[in-house]
Amino acid sequence: MGISRRKFIGCLGALALGQAAGVPGTAKGAAGKEFSGWPDSLGVLHDITKCIGCRQCESACHRVNNLPAPETAFDDLSVLDQKRRTDADVFTVVNRFDSDRPVFVKTQCNHCLEPACASACFVKAFEKTPEGAVVYDESLCVGCRYCMVACPFNIPAYEYHKALDPRVTKCTLCHPLLKEGKRPGCVDACPAGALISGKRDELIAYAWQRIQTFPERYVSHVYGEHEMGGTSWLYLSGQPFSRMGMREDLGTKSAPELTAGPLSAVPIVVGLWPVLLTGVYAISKRKEKIAAQEKQAAVEQAVVQSRKQAQDQLETLRKKWEQEKQSAINFEVKKALEEAAAKDPEPSQTKEDE
Amino acid sequence: MTDNGGQTVRKLWTPFNVIVGIILAVGGVLTLMRFTQGIGAVTNLDNNNPWGVWIGFDLLCGVALAAGGYVTSAACYIFGLKRYHSAVRPAILTAFLGYALVVLALHYDVGRPWRLPYPIFVSQGTSSLLFEVGLCVFLYLTVLFIEFTPAAFEWLGLKKIRAVVVKLTLILTIFGVVLSTLHQSSLGALFMIAPSKLHPLWYSNYLPVYFFISSMFAGMSMVIFESTLAHRYLSRHMDDTHHRQAFGVAMGFAKAAAFVMVGYLSVKLVGIAIDGHWQYLTTGWGMWYLVEVIGCVALPAVLFAMGVREKNLKFVRWAAAWTVFGIVLNRLNISMIAFNYHLPSDQRYFPSIMEIGTSVFIVTLGIVIYRFVTTRMPVLHEHPDYPAH
Repeated sequence: MGISRRKFIGCLGALALGQAAGVPGTAKGAAGKEFSGWPDSLGVLHDITKCIGCRQCESACHRVNNLPAPETAFDDLSVLDQKRRTDADVFTVVNRFDSDRPVFVKTQCNHCLEPACASACFVKAFEKTPEGAVVYDESLCVGCRYCMVACPFNIPAYEYHKALDPRVTKCTLCHPLLKEGKRPGCVDACPAGALISGKRDELIAYAWQRIQTFPERYVSHVYGEHEMGGTSWLYLSGQPFSRMGMREDLGTKSAPELTAGPLSAVPIVVGLWPVLLTGVYAISKRKEKIAAQEKQAAVEQAVVQSRKQAQDQLETLRKKWEQEKQSAINFEVKKALEEAAAKDPEPSQTKEDE
Repeated sequence: MTDNGGQTVRKLWTPFNVIVGIILAVGGVLTLMRFTQGIGAVTNLDNNNPWGVWIGFDLLCGVALAAGGYVTSAACYIFGLKRYHSAVRPAILTAFLGYALVVLALHYDVGRPWRLPYPIFVSQGTSSLLFEVGLCVFLYLTVLFIEFTPAAFEWLGLKKIRAVVVKLTLILTIFGVVLSTLHQSSLGALFMIAPSKLHPLWYSNYLPVYFFISSMFAGMSMVIFESTLAHRYLSRHMDDTHHRQAFGVAMGFAKAAAFVMVGYLSVKLVGIAIDGHWQYLTTGWGMWYLVEVIGCVALPAVLFAMGVREKNLKFVRWAAAWTVFGIVLNRLNISMIAFNYHLPSDQRYFPSIMEIGTSVFIVTLGIVIYRFVTTRMPVLHEHPDYPAH
């Protein structure tokens, strides 16, 4: 035997569940296990307190990704008067939030450690690469847009006006540049030092060091360290993140964890239902059979009983009839005798004569 | 268009045909626009609202309301309730058409419809609940097709192959229940990945359970509702058996639906209690939630129960229509109304007239095909050559 029984059963389980439960190391989909990110994966730390809202990062992003030029030039800062989000040909935007003084926040794909988009995609068009970027494969995409429903940060955009080959678009963390050992376009372009790229672990350590060194400058929260299971983009801020439209109620559960429950119910349903339903069928069939048998037995009994009853009745009738007949004869005989006696006072003599 | 075959030319300009003709023509134009100018040209969908009525109504409601197929065939063939026999074929036909139209609607909604087989045949994203939905819908559509073929074979006089398919009935029925359980519930579970977008009153870990249980009474109500319409417009195609059993079918399903709806309400209550979401009930969203749960589940359940007690078919039929409305409301709430509830109102989605037009077009297509089939094949009556198939 080349394979033990235990191993065989394990293989069966893997066949049924393997993909759904997530093969460790692929980071493509829902993992039953905790995935704390690729070792040494890269990330970017965005220090919101340092951002001056110059839109140089947006400009660089367009240049690196060969995106079409926007309607208003990048040095026109009036666009900051309205709230913008990422769009089909805009992978990153800077928004201004006014409190005591203006605060600028850059928004782009956060490159989750366990991305909701990748977990939601039913053709595996998204992949979390070991470098840290979440990349999209256009050649597989069906265009169902479930990734957009799933993304907690509302990042992926869709080319709604393309009839034949619409794509989902989003920031790639400049994955091709990362592989060459270079920095993402936006980080390279930032003149204010508001964007720092590096290994995610080191960035987290650095961010906390900043918070501890300047406790009056920052809120004690590194956004992205734990949100939705952690993201490759990290944020430092001088005021609560929710004031800048960044949701702080996302929780720390990764997207795959959210759907692991219903996915794990699949084998239960597949295993249990046919057995139960066949049982129900068998029971209802058997009930029918027993009912039919009982009915037949009851009918037979009724037939026998009614036959017997009829016979009894017939018997009684016959007896009664015979009795009546006898009594009628007796009566007639008696009557005849009496009549004879009345005509002839000596009946014995008459008898002899006849 | 609807008057192929047996009907005379004299009847071509009936109001039904004229209205249907207009809708189909408009639908044709919308189809052309969709596939030449893109989704954006006909819909109000945007980056924040990637799913609209084509998913919320066509997919979610379509699948829920097509549940009559598995419910009726399970009642008749698995639970041995023979008195539902005459309801099985219309229910299977509705289910098959329902699912076929769901798939048709998906061709409009997804960006590259010719890639719809990809999740099954090219790249399996098994971690996605949408994968589960896609696979189950694909398989179940096949099952429904096979389940319906006996009617077509009887029509075409193919006795031998019909006999083979009829022998598969039990296996197909069980397979159908398994697949329905999986994808009905998964449609609810789709939204479990977005707890930050769906209002807490609708978001729950029980979403798959809610969807599955509600699909049962959705299916039963739809069978009653559809039979109401069929009795009014297609009565002449029904045989004595169908007429005789119809009352019992309606009463039986009404009783079952009332019970299942009470069960559904209990699970809903447990869901609210477990998440501790009582405080939301007094908000505006809470009122809307109560309109759905009390107004469109609890009240029709009571009406069902009253109809059964009084043996009042009218009550039962109204309750069925009301329940169907409630199911539609629930699915729209989860996919559109309570979804993205946190966005400012100018970023919320409302369907365009062309999106709604496309949905109307697809439903109309279903009605036309239903009429075409039931006026020709032995669906509402038994074929004389195959009594009590």
